[in-house]
Amino acid sequence: MNKAKEPFKFYTRLHLTELTGLRATTLNQLVSLIKQVPGSSIYHHTHRFLQQHQFLSPEPPNDFAYWVSEVLGEKELGERLASIDITHFKRIHDLRLRIISVLEEYLGQERFAQLKFSREGEEFHFLKSVSFVIPTDYLVDNLADFAEVLKKITFDSIYFHIFEARLRLEKETNDFSNWIEHSLGDKVLADELGALDPYTRTLEDLRVAMINVIEKRMFNR
Amino acid sequence: MIKLEDYIPIVGQSVIDDLRLIAARLKDKKIQNINSTSVGGGVAEILTRMTPLLQELGVDARWDLIKGGEQFFGVTKKFHNALHGHPAELSKKDFEVFLETGQRNIDELETAADIVFVHDPQPITLVKKKNNNRWIWRCHIDVSAPDEKVWNFLMDYIVRYDAAVFSAPSFSRRLPIRQFLISPSIDPLSDKNKELPEAVINKVLEKYQIPQDKPILTQISRFDRLKDPLGVIEAYQEVKKHIDCRLILAGGGASDDPEGAMIFAQVMEKAKGDKDMHILLLPQNDIEINALQRASTVIIQKSIREGFGLTVAEALWKAKPVVASNVGGIPLQVTHKYSGLLCHSIDGAAFAIKQLLNSPAYALRLGENGKEHIRNNFLITRHLRNYLLLFLSLYHQEDVVYL
Repeated sequence: MNKAKEPFKFYTRLHLTELTGLRATTLNQLVSLIKQVPGSSIYHHTHRFLQQHQFLSPEPPNDFAYWVSEVLGEKELGERLASIDITHFKRIHDLRLRIISVLEEYLGQERFAQLKFSREGEEFHFLKSVSFVIPTDYLVDNLADFAEVLKKITFDSIYFHIFEARLRLEKETNDFSNWIEHSLGDKVLADELGALDPYTRTLEDLRVAMINVIEKRMFNR
Repeated sequence: MIKLEDYIPIVGQSVIDDLRLIAARLKDKKIQNINSTSVGGGVAEILTRMTPLLQELGVDARWDLIKGGEQFFGVTKKFHNALHGHPAELSKKDFEVFLETGQRNIDELETAADIVFVHDPQPITLVKKKNNNRWIWRCHIDVSAPDEKVWNFLMDYIVRYDAAVFSAPSFSRRLPIRQFLISPSIDPLSDKNKELPEAVINKVLEKYQIPQDKPILTQISRFDRLKDPLGVIEAYQEVKKHIDCRLILAGGGASDDPEGAMIFAQVMEKAKGDKDMHILLLPQNDIEINALQRASTVIIQKSIREGFGLTVAEALWKAKPVVASNVGGIPLQVTHKYSGLLCHSIDGAAFAIKQLLNSPAYALRLGENGKEHIRNNFLITRHLRNYLLLFLSLYHQEDVVYL
């Protein structure tokens, strides 16, 4: 079994939700506030569902899509927002620009959409995530041990290494692929893991899919 | 005494391990909770359960009370109503009474802990004693549409805190201090939520002469206009045209509330002559409430306004399909068509109930989804974790904190 150049340390991430006090009742307000709020707010609203509704995935994937569909009744816009492929974005800034362009394009086409407003109590409230990153006791230096730990770590830990590391900490790829490519020297496996779309699975399904890919690779070598 | 390890079979070992990991970072910090009462009400209930668990985690947590007379609590009751948006007659004298009692507590109460955690408006003026320590104001009230006079009065104090905490996004406003969202929770080991043997459930139903021969719809709420018990009866009557069922309306709180007594009388009048309607004016009896919820086919919470609506979390924790109004904290607990059905009207409620009664597999799935949602987001262990992270956040301004 190949020994890694550097061991992999598993971390976990816990979060607290901070309120901004900002709220939107119309699509124009939503766009305007999406332009102003901190990146941690865009991150929160595109990732909250993944953690809070593990059993619901693959839908609905983000708060903006949910609000425009369910509260404003703009189903088509909801679908356009829901289908933004977050895996294509390496920075929150770029994801924010894409969301804004989808909203503005729709507002340009559907002039009556800007007349819609939410009922009292159903406004869109902008929140943001504060993450606390904590090291766990798990440290591995080969693929077999890595797969074993992957079977027992918490969803929070998987979440941190897959979602938070790639997009929020702007590491280009997820931590697992990064370590497998650079410390274990297995680019094929790294790419296979990187190609799994984490946004269309529950965290448990993602865990199972990753373990399958890794075990298949170990078996075939 | 309930211990942390008692929660492991419910939430898993890792959740408890995480609590220990975070608590270790607070070992040298003294935390002081302050509120106005040791019994009665949600705040005292939470602190009663939370303080020993924090101590078990090795956090030096204590709980102190302010003192106040009848006049002071008369004023704070008016504040409470005003913050909920009800018009309140507050005189200059009322504000003077509030400030005088506040000053006496400032003089008498020691507040030297590293973190002082003040709950609700009653002790809010204590912040005048703020030194080099950190202070948090925890608002448990729905302040989405407060009386501006009272809110502005309190704002003079709120802004002196390091952070404020609210239960739902709609309760927040633009503030010059950090504000966090921490929802309340239920305790899965309390009498109201723990598993019950069938025999206990059956005995409670026998006591109240409720046969289990047809589907049971239930709303657990005090008899209050804002809980819309009359609307629930109308929804039940609409459902009953198509599906034979029973309705339980159970709750307390009418005796000391003139409006509640009137609503109760109206409910009794509307229920007259229908043997399938069971109107129960219950004393505080958590086991009985638990049994009624567990015996139900569908649970309703058709509130017109709602602070948070933890009865919804209680129902979902029992994997019951829920039909609830889209108000207050309810949409945080129920995602429409995924973990329950949200409604905006009596007709909407009736339609949703019929859907659930006619599609048991769908109802089962919503209930099971709901239970998992509560397990992940609304149990006391999550609440405890949020409080520990809140304390840590007072020492970190950044959005990503490495511990």
